[in-house]
Amino acid sequence: MNLESFLLMRHEIMLTIALLIILIAELSTENKRSIINLSIILMLITTIVGFFPVPEGTLFGGMYQTSHMTVLMKNILNIGTLILFLQVAEWIKKPEYENKVSEFYLLILSTLIGMNFMISSGHFLMFYIGLELATIPIAALAAYDRAKNISAEAGIKLILSSALSSGIMLYGLSVLYGTIGSLYFPEMSIAFMNTPLHTLGFIFFFAGMGFKISLVPFHLWTADVYEGAPINVSSYLSVISKGAAVFILTIVLYTVFHSIAPMWKNLLYVMAILTMTIGNLFALRQKNLKRFLAFSSIAQAGFILLGIIDGSVMGMASVLYFVLIYIFTNLGAFGVVSAISVATGKENMDDYNGLYKTNPNLSLLMMLSLFSLAGIPPVAGFFGKFFLFASAANSGYYWLVFIAVINATISLYYYLLIVKAMFINNSENPIAYFKSGLTTRIGLLMCMVGIFAIGLYSPLYEFIRMFSIGM
Amino acid sequence: MIDFSFTILIPLIPFILFLLLGLTSGKMKPVLSGYIGTLGLSVVTVLSYFTAYQYFFNREAGAGVFEKIIPFHTVWIHLTEKLHVDLGILLDPISVMMMVVITTVSLMVHIYSMGYMKGDKGFSRFYSFLSLFSFSMLGLVVAPNIFQMYIFWELVGVSSYLLISYYYEKPSAVSAGKKAFIVTRFADLGFLVGILTLSYISGTFDFVTLTDPQGALITQGTSLTFMGISALTWALTLIFMGGAGKSAMFPLHIWLPDAMEGPTPVSALIHAATMVVAGVYLVARLFPLYFFVAPDALTIVAYVGGFTSLFAAVIACTQTDIKRVLAFSTMSQIGYMMLALGVSGYGGEHGLGYMASMFHLFTHAMFKALLFLGAGAIIHAVHTNNMNEMGGLRKYLPITHITFLIACLTISGIPPFSGFFSKDEILVAAFESNRFLFFVEYAVAGITAFYMFRLYFNVFWGKSTHYHHTPHESPFTMTIPLMVLALASMFTGFIPFSDLVTSNGEAFTLHTNWLVAIPSVLIGMAGIALAWVFYKKETAIPDQLATTLSSPYKWSFNKFYIDEVYLFVTKKIIFDRVSEPIAWFDRHVVDASMNRIAWVTNLASDQIKGLQSGQLQKYGFIFISGVIILTFTFVYFLFN
Repeated sequence: MNLESFLLMRHEIMLTIALLIILIAELSTENKRSIINLSIILMLITTIVGFFPVPEGTLFGGMYQTSHMTVLMKNILNIGTLILFLQVAEWIKKPEYENKVSEFYLLILSTLIGMNFMISSGHFLMFYIGLELATIPIAALAAYDRAKNISAEAGIKLILSSALSSGIMLYGLSVLYGTIGSLYFPEMSIAFMNTPLHTLGFIFFFAGMGFKISLVPFHLWTADVYEGAPINVSSYLSVISKGAAVFILTIVLYTVFHSIAPMWKNLLYVMAILTMTIGNLFALRQKNLKRFLAFSSIAQAGFILLGIIDGSVMGMASVLYFVLIYIFTNLGAFGVVSAISVATGKENMDDYNGLYKTNPNLSLLMMLSLFSLAGIPPVAGFFGKFFLFASAANSGYYWLVFIAVINATISLYYYLLIVKAMFINNSENPIAYFKSGLTTRIGLLMCMVGIFAIGLYSPLYEFIRMFSIGM
Repeated sequence: MIDFSFTILIPLIPFILFLLLGLTSGKMKPVLSGYIGTLGLSVVTVLSYFTAYQYFFNREAGAGVFEKIIPFHTVWIHLTEKLHVDLGILLDPISVMMMVVITTVSLMVHIYSMGYMKGDKGFSRFYSFLSLFSFSMLGLVVAPNIFQMYIFWELVGVSSYLLISYYYEKPSAVSAGKKAFIVTRFADLGFLVGILTLSYISGTFDFVTLTDPQGALITQGTSLTFMGISALTWALTLIFMGGAGKSAMFPLHIWLPDAMEGPTPVSALIHAATMVVAGVYLVARLFPLYFFVAPDALTIVAYVGGFTSLFAAVIACTQTDIKRVLAFSTMSQIGYMMLALGVSGYGGEHGLGYMASMFHLFTHAMFKALLFLGAGAIIHAVHTNNMNEMGGLRKYLPITHITFLIACLTISGIPPFSGFFSKDEILVAAFESNRFLFFVEYAVAGITAFYMFRLYFNVFWGKSTHYHHTPHESPFTMTIPLMVLALASMFTGFIPFSDLVTSNGEAFTLHTNWLVAIPSVLIGMAGIALAWVFYKKETAIPDQLATTLSSPYKWSFNKFYIDEVYLFVTKKIIFDRVSEPIAWFDRHVVDASMNRIAWVTNLASDQIKGLQSGQLQKYGFIFISGVIILTFTFVYFLFN
């Protein structure tokens, strides 16, 4: 393996090196604080290195492939993880995590490596290994607060349901392998036929992906796990993990399964309606903000399907663009909830009454994030949704867009409920003023800038479009 | 030709200032934000002067026509290949000239406000709004496409609203802000429909393509008609409606007098020199289109301008609030500019009206800003707007007095001040193409001189009034802008505009038409003389005249009851006859059905909550059932 092919894998290699350094640091230092800072610095370096331009190529006889598009996807995930690392710094300094600081970073980095391998895979074996590498550590993370019952329960629930979904996905893949005789993407894409057996195989595979993205009816784990897991783990699950799964699903649908596109388009149609509607209906009645954000992220996944269903370059670009915005937006919302939870331990909607009077900056960011999630101009979320809807309408799915618009309206109601709590409702004892640490504030500020800048700086969309692929 | 890409800084710096001052407002020392704003704007001013110098005077030898340069351009929102919204900068004679006007007046106002607004509790807010306005206005004039212009057009409207309602604790200021915003928004509706029609016909937003005399739109026109009139005429008339709203042309003028509730420097900047001429600028920007494909629309422009100038001048004669007199005078002068565009031809000497309009826009910006800032200095000294409570101020305010006198002479068209040159060209242009409008404007010139000197004599001469405390001259931050603008009013008339700003960029030689020039100076003198007789000393003549001509006086004093007409139409007709039934329908049909839908949504949400039981075995069951149902459905439907 010469240097050039080595560079093709630079994301995975950098992350592995970072992981190893943290592991060694953990063994050699008692100072936990230095591990936190080290992780942030390593992640920053990894993110920057990821931007160095390197040609496209394949490795290991086609098992691993990389293109400008996959590099872009990995960079987006890296940026999200970097912001998350900034936001968690304060939370992880709590005394109860004294002995497991590096554990958090190690597990997160290994899931990220798994996701990167999935994005770059050219073979379903590679894909599956990446999937498991991305899933199992998260289950461990969900049980990070293992002294608390609810966190342990979240870990168990996640690992059991993901075992179930992996089983079904493997079953589907084995059916496909049995009839086609290959797991290489290019070979499979040619061999696909419209037979009942292939349909079955595909739906089983899709159920596994639907589990990762939490599409209805494969979403049921989401709310319980988000609620039970530590808030920053939920944030990672809802942003990075989901974003990666969306990227992978889009790539696989567009490159492997494109010959049965009419079939999966119908499937996505149904899933999109179910996911948006049910996600929204559940989100309406949540009082706990973590559960609330869980259902809101389910509904958002339904919106993303509108971009995937298009199947064109524009569809892919709108999905990538939306996920990029979604990362900043949701990290902003989760970041605020996390900052408040770390400072006061409060996580319910009623606790937010009158927050604006005591913590105007946090309330403002929360409001912007919620506006962006709801898709109100001029914040970025509006542009993201606009392009998703536009690409679905472009391929003639007017009814789907109509239903999505209705759902966006419903979602506006519950997003505004929180805004109302913060700005209008009065409270006897609102959350007192507090000041978060420097890293948290930097992380939140990055989200705020992203929420504004990504929507208004349009060359970004053009840039993404340049690297996107269609069927 | 040098690289003009630095011009992007000209709108960008005020925007950054706005963000900086807006975000730090309340944390920074007020005086400091004033200094930062002024300093930033002086950088912008230097940049625009440099641009103007390079564009107009540092050209390659032999370059004939002034070209349109686009030094910066980016696609902002890409919708389809044909439909995209771009942002950029377009440099041509009028945009460069406007840059100079805006930055000059804005800088003067920035300096002036350091004194005028001193100690005001919203000092930094004021400066951040000024920066927002400067940004919006500069973005408007450099827009290379009509959509960008529309965006900044609205931004200008917003900043105008914010500044009119600056004293938000005063109910009259708040309602004046609302009035300005609503009336101009109403006009902008026409503008927007016009833009959409125009771009539907032409397939582009781009000014250079739209106004190219050899371009497809002008040579081929359109076969589309609506109610028997060409769609292009409709589009351009509707666009003019937007311009008329911003430029306070009759009958959309009602917001401008009320807008005087804002701080006086704001009136000088926005409601005299820059924003209100945006309508004139808009028509000038699209002038080749108006001239070649919609001459009817251009005729409308001419008559609306002519009528407004007369109408406003008559009202100005009876007003007692000095800022309102100036507001009506502004309307009247903008009427002049519109009229000049309306009677103009295209290309070389035929484009005299176009040149005159831009010339007058330029000189008017200087002398009207001077008048407003002077009025501000007077108000600052005596704490009232009502000129009946003033008199004999020349002893107390010597600098203000002299500069104000210069401005009055300038607006009255007395040579060698700048107003004489620009107004004279407008009269010549009207004389050559439409005698009727010429005589109207000729009369207005006399009325203008009269009401301006009525104001002047009333304030600075006349009866000596007793003031609560002795009025004193303003601080030097306020008097320096007065003196700078007075110099500008005196000498800008000698700028050879016909060499620089013309309808097609081609220079031409100006000939003085003595047949027009001499009578126009004479009627100006007559107006001044009349005012001298009436108001120099306290006499009974004005009151007697008001009693003999009681009904015309009342009509004029009450601004011809146009506000009352609007109130009647909106309140009695629209609100009572149209809105009430609609409101009923909204409450009982639309809202009721919405409530029903919300109720159903909540019910559905309640019904399905059982799905989320928290039991893992149930989740697995639903998961597998989902897979099986989906598989069966799809296999069944696809293979049966």
